[in-house]
Amino acid sequence: MKSIVFIEKNPVTGKLRNVSIELTYKAYSLSKPLKGEVIGVFAGDALPEDTDRLFQYGLDRLLYFTDERLKHLHSIAYKHILKAMIKSEEPDIVLFGATHTGRDIAPLIASSLKTGLTADCTQLYVEDYKDKGKILFQVRPAFGGNILATIITPDNRPMMASVREGVMLLPEKHPNHPVKMESFPVDFNESWIKSEFLSVVPKVKKVDFNSAQTIVSGGAGVGSADNFRLIRELANALGGEVGASRAAVDFGFVDKDHQIGQTGSVVRPKLYIACGISGQIQHRAGMEESQKIIAINKDPEAPIFKIAHMGVVGDVNEIIPVMLRYLKEEG
Amino acid sequence: MKKIVVLAKQVPDTANVTGDAMKADGTVNRAALPAIFNPDDLYALEMALAIRDKIGGEVVVITMGPPKAAEILKHSLYMGADRVMLITDRKFAAADTLATSYVLAETIKKIGGVDLVLAGRQAIDGDTAQVGPQVADKIGFNQITYVSALREFNDNYLIVERDGEVQTEVIKSSYPVLLTITGQANTPRYPNCRRMLQYFRADVKENFNDSELSAAESNDWIIPTYALADLDLDEDRCGLKGSPTKVHKIKSIMLKGGDLKMYGTKPTNIKQLVRDITKVYVEVN
Ligand SMILES: Cc1cc2nc3c(=O)[nH]c(=O)nc-3n(C[C@H](O)[C@H](O)[C@H](O)COP(=O)(O)OP(=O)(O)OC[C@H]3O[C@@H](n4cnc5c(N)ncnc54)[C@H](O)[C@@H]3O)c2cc1C
Ligand SMILES: Nc1ncnc2c1ncn2[C@@H]1O[C@H](COP(=O)(O)O)[C@@H](O)[C@H]1O
Repeated sequence: MKSIVFIEKNPVTGKLRNVSIELTYKAYSLSKPLKGEVIGVFAGDALPEDTDRLFQYGLDRLLYFTDERLKHLHSIAYKHILKAMIKSEEPDIVLFGATHTGRDIAPLIASSLKTGLTADCTQLYVEDYKDKGKILFQVRPAFGGNILATIITPDNRPMMASVREGVMLLPEKHPNHPVKMESFPVDFNESWIKSEFLSVVPKVKKVDFNSAQTIVSGGAGVGSADNFRLIRELANALGGEVGASRAAVDFGFVDKDHQIGQTGSVVRPKLYIACGISGQIQHRAGMEESQKIIAINKDPEAPIFKIAHMGVVGDVNEIIPVMLRYLKEEG
Repeated sequence: MKKIVVLAKQVPDTANVTGDAMKADGTVNRAALPAIFNPDDLYALEMALAIRDKIGGEVVVITMGPPKAAEILKHSLYMGADRVMLITDRKFAAADTLATSYVLAETIKKIGGVDLVLAGRQAIDGDTAQVGPQVADKIGFNQITYVSALREFNDNYLIVERDGEVQTEVIKSSYPVLLTITGQANTPRYPNCRRMLQYFRADVKENFNDSELSAAESNDWIIPTYALADLDLDEDRCGLKGSPTKVHKIKSIMLKGGDLKMYGTKPTNIKQLVRDITKVYVEVN
């Protein structure tokens, strides 16, 4: 099982995107037991500043091509270059981060290689399938998250999949070995540049779920933007980050950056406190892997209690102030 | 003057999945779900109409789907589409994005002279966001995905905003180009009353009986359908046959329920809750 991972740089920070590291390790765990190589492919204006981090997650080789003209997402140029890299290696598996960049380029490549691409996988594993030998099983939610489908690409190679950031776990201990860097020759064709980037404005990121151990989230049940202050206070008291359901965002209680779920961020903190959130499937899709889930909700039948470890049936606006008081007392 | 194609899909309303929408075997009972115009595709259609209204041209809406999908084409006519095409054939069933994009791309090539293709960012049944780019690849157009605003356009180029996740990009492209449109881009217009009166009887040909047919024809009520043979398609690249991905199994999501510890709302209960939280907090950190 030879795997290729699309290595992506965050254009704002100049560093590796976490999902590239997560997928490198995933590819390592899929390929290594079968003695397969894990190869990264990168195209861009310059290598990510922290390319070295790939050393620690099982990458064997990195094929790269750098050129000033790749500063921006010129989809067609990226397609040609990455496709050439992939073809030169004939891998079994190709993994892309389901970022706005990965989801732009991966379908172009799959189309042009005439192979299958499974979007937004939440689980990937390799197993024997009939007379096909070992293939990739790709599990993904479908129908708005109401079902889980296992998709296979039995007859084509490579088998391609995309995965969102935060879905695949990183290990505590890393397989540490040096990566062989290989500059990949490309005969750059000017006609690949079809768009003109007039301006690029970084989005101001106000939320950092990645390093948050604790997330306190508020939903429609919080009732008002004013009450949402309690969510922030509880998050502060616990040294955590503020999350929200889509309903809370739609009601304007809090900014969209805080949204957790299928159309927001996927988080996996150690402690997740859901306040006034019913726990619809689209919300659960972003948080159910949290280690401990605490639910505060007026409705004892709310689905959130089905996945919670601790629960209180009651009004968030009465309970949180009491919690804050005791938290102060406990120091 | 631009020839603009909009790719639109009829999808089950996955946002309102109720109990009976799931069959006992864990598969989806599509019949129990209302079918709607894929939300993102309405923004694509609105953008197409806005461009045509200003610089002239033609808006063609195409959908690949069962005969019932004519409903969204009718809605497109109400909103102001000039022409609609229903690509329908049993042999298209169970197409994945590769097979779907093949059929749509061939249709666009058949139409000929297309300057602009607009697709939704993604369809809410599969959420793959792949069909747009895969069509772009097959027709050899430039592509811009995640378009969140149309800033400027004329006969020679357009300028759009792209939601690049960590940054907002302002991009200029000449034609031909394919864009995938997000819900931020605009507000789709309501159906036009005059056009509703004009097209309220629009339907596929087989739904008119012989006595109605000539009236249907003269009133432009017939939603044209195209089958595999009409489009000279390679059968091996359509439907299940042309789809490299296969569904191996499907499981409906059941909540397990389990080790849940409940607390009362009295101050002592909350105090205990805070203790337990802090304990977890210490344990896990
Ligand atoms: C395609 C699609 C994508 C989506 N993506 C997301 C997503 O990414 N993230 C997301 O969160 N949602 C998403 N949704 C929406 C999702 O389906 C739900 O509508 C949403 O999660 C509901 O938010 P909520 O739980 O805050 O609100 P509600 O479902 O209205 O629940 C409010 C809860 O608060 C409780 N409550 C009310 N008052 C109080 C009180 N005073 N004290 C305590 N409890 C109280 C109620 O009992 C209820 O359980 C998506 C939907 C679709 C169709
Ligand atoms: N069967 C279809 N007919 C027409 N357009 C489609 C079809 N399937 C997908 N599309 C278009 O491609 C977009 C992305 O779909 P998807 O890749 O399924 O998420 C949709 O928003 C539509 O614009």
